[in-house]
Amino acid sequence: MQETYNYKVVRQFSIMTVVWGIVGMLVGVIIASQLAWPALNFDVPWLTFSRLRPLHTNAVIFAFGGSALFATSYYIVQRTCHAKLFAPALAAFTFWGWQLVIVLAAVTLPLGYTTSKEYAELEWPIDILITLVWVSYAIVFFGTIVKRKVKHIYVANWFLGSFILTVAVLHLGNSAALPVSLMGMKSYSAYAGVQDAMVQWWYGHNAVGFFLTAGFLGMMYYFMPKAAGRPVYSYRLSVVHFWALAFTYIWAGPHHLMYTALPDWTQSLGMVMSLILLAPSWGGMINGIMTLSGAWDKLRTDPILKFLVVAISFYGMSTFEGPMMAIKTVNALSHYTDWTIGHVHAGALGWVAMISIGSMYFLIPRLFGKTEMYSVRLIETHFWMSTLGVVLYIASMWISGVMQGLMWRATNSDGTLTYSFIESVAAMHPFYVTRTIGGLIFLSGMFLMAYNVWKTATAADARAVDAIIPEPAH
Amino acid sequence: MPEYDLMSDFTSPFWPWFIFIVTIGGIFWCFYLLMSQKNAGDVSEGEEAQPTGHKWDDDLEELNNPLPRWWLQMFIATNIFGLVYLVLYPGIVVFDGVLGWSQVGQYNTEMEVAEKKYGEQYVNYLKQDVATLAKDKAAITTGGRLFSTYCTQCHGSDAGGGPGFPNLRDSRWLWGGEPEHIKQTIAAGRMGAMPAWGAVLGETGTKDVAAYVMSLSNRKTAGDLQAGEEKFKQLCVACHAAEGTGNIALGAPDLTDDTWLYGSSRRSIEKSISEGRSGRMPTFGDFLGEGKTHLLTAYVYSLSLED
Repeated sequence: MQETYNYKVVRQFSIMTVVWGIVGMLVGVIIASQLAWPALNFDVPWLTFSRLRPLHTNAVIFAFGGSALFATSYYIVQRTCHAKLFAPALAAFTFWGWQLVIVLAAVTLPLGYTTSKEYAELEWPIDILITLVWVSYAIVFFGTIVKRKVKHIYVANWFLGSFILTVAVLHLGNSAALPVSLMGMKSYSAYAGVQDAMVQWWYGHNAVGFFLTAGFLGMMYYFMPKAAGRPVYSYRLSVVHFWALAFTYIWAGPHHLMYTALPDWTQSLGMVMSLILLAPSWGGMINGIMTLSGAWDKLRTDPILKFLVVAISFYGMSTFEGPMMAIKTVNALSHYTDWTIGHVHAGALGWVAMISIGSMYFLIPRLFGKTEMYSVRLIETHFWMSTLGVVLYIASMWISGVMQGLMWRATNSDGTLTYSFIESVAAMHPFYVTRTIGGLIFLSGMFLMAYNVWKTATAADARAVDAIIPEPAH
Repeated sequence: MPEYDLMSDFTSPFWPWFIFIVTIGGIFWCFYLLMSQKNAGDVSEGEEAQPTGHKWDDDLEELNNPLPRWWLQMFIATNIFGLVYLVLYPGIVVFDGVLGWSQVGQYNTEMEVAEKKYGEQYVNYLKQDVATLAKDKAAITTGGRLFSTYCTQCHGSDAGGGPGFPNLRDSRWLWGGEPEHIKQTIAAGRMGAMPAWGAVLGETGTKDVAAYVMSLSNRKTAGDLQAGEEKFKQLCVACHAAEGTGNIALGAPDLTDDTWLYGSSRRSIEKSISEGRSGRMPTFGDFLGEGKTHLLTAYVYSLSLED
């Protein structure tokens, strides 16, 4: 009998990508509604914005995005190494362990247990579980690389490898804390004051850099050429932008702390590195878009390619916007406004979610012995809903953010401020409503996806088969 | 060299130099990387780039196109911008930048400019007394804007206050409502402290005192009024005065009227008695300066004239 790939863990993570996508975005729509209509907090502590907001961010980044990365990285590393997954028991542990982390997050965050570190709110016992899962992940991934039957390591695997390694370092560095209570789930950070803020944004920005950028670039570097049926545009560009990205990203964190107690030199250095980051980031965009050149006609008929191309476009747009917002003068206007929220969602919905959705539509039928999803038309509909949702979301936040920034700094001829803070809050209301509608449209598309996946997986000819490992070409 | 050794962040002179070398080295490394690849893999016109010859997963291949020229130039340009910026501004710890910029310096400069532009009109307001200014429309408009910026967070945008935060529209004043009282409150702040009597009074005692306190404003509730009055004479009169009319020197509220800072219900009165209260009005004098404090005083004073 011929050896097959391990698709079981890929299937599990793929299905959960859709489930957690719906959960995370649903919580997002709820908190967006709470901002537009505060009465929706219902005066119930565990339903308040302050507790649901970290649940939303954790659910979309780590549950939805994380599951998508686990699924695709396990698939990609096997297929491009021509080798079965190393340590299958550990791989199974990463699935159940990661799901447990998510469930624990969904319980503890609404109950109010938090370290209060953004995107790292989970308390220390859960942090330890994350560490165990992540080390297992690294062993499985790099073990499979070691087992590979082809000499060269495919470019997607460099990005995925750097994502796994760096996230391990970031998690251990930022979550270092002194536990003081097990049942009380309480710990104190190892850092204090401005050092704590700097470590937090070193982590926070590189969670964006290595979790949400490098990881998903790895996804892009596999599914884009596969879906387009074209070779990657430039090997040379992929090497140069990979190393430049890895070097530069790690410095950019201080741009989250402009005009604060952070020393002047740290702020300037963070700004300079953020600007230098523009070109390395765009290297991925060029390689993605140019890979499609020669196959542009497919874009008309294949909604999966539409998802991938629009995702890369949003990636290019947000990686341009980010360095611009890091410039001190721009930051003085944009910081603390909704512009930041719009920027984040151009990345999170436009790039991360759309590249994941496109990849999943390519991947899921193949995990069930099929070549296509149940309905291509539904993918098409999903694509237009997602695009419309993102555009409504980010356009409303741009306008609202710039308006806020301008209102806060407007002065009268006597030197006093033109607007009180509450006036700027009142002015944001229509944009908050628009944002909620955009999010709701995006979420509705995810329900279409769930239906489509359900019909694909339960079709009469669907079989949960593991593909046979072919002989490598070289 | 700047006084980096005064910063608690660095305990040894190693770190500034470490950052300097990694920063500058990193930027030059990017340069080197780009220059080494500048002309590599050039494809002459009309020709197509060739695949690298590696193949994965049946059909995954890579072409070896050269780095796009515009991308390369953009990358080099941002590197040069970075180096120039680090010469002009602080960024590498060991060197403060030739412009001598600092964010504190920027703040001070902007404040000086604002002071030059707007300072005089506030000084001019000092020439008039509060009662006169309170009737000056232009002065009250500016004063109201100051109030919107600095005071609404606690006192509300209509100055109506809220639980724990005094209403400034009525004519009842914890610390006195004459211009000099108001100015003192804004300039130096206030600390209102009601001690916790729960341990001394016990549950019944607290109830009795609450009943007596409520009787001062002609309200009736369960409790032994006589016992309450006795305790009141022992413990409360020092601040709230024999008749319960309060004392503006201590910020002790008048208990005979219908204004209740922390709520008028029996429950909240009992809570005030047993657990105590502490109120704090922050100090604004140094921050606002004499002119603006004067103007704000006039605005707040004008609110009580409406009542």
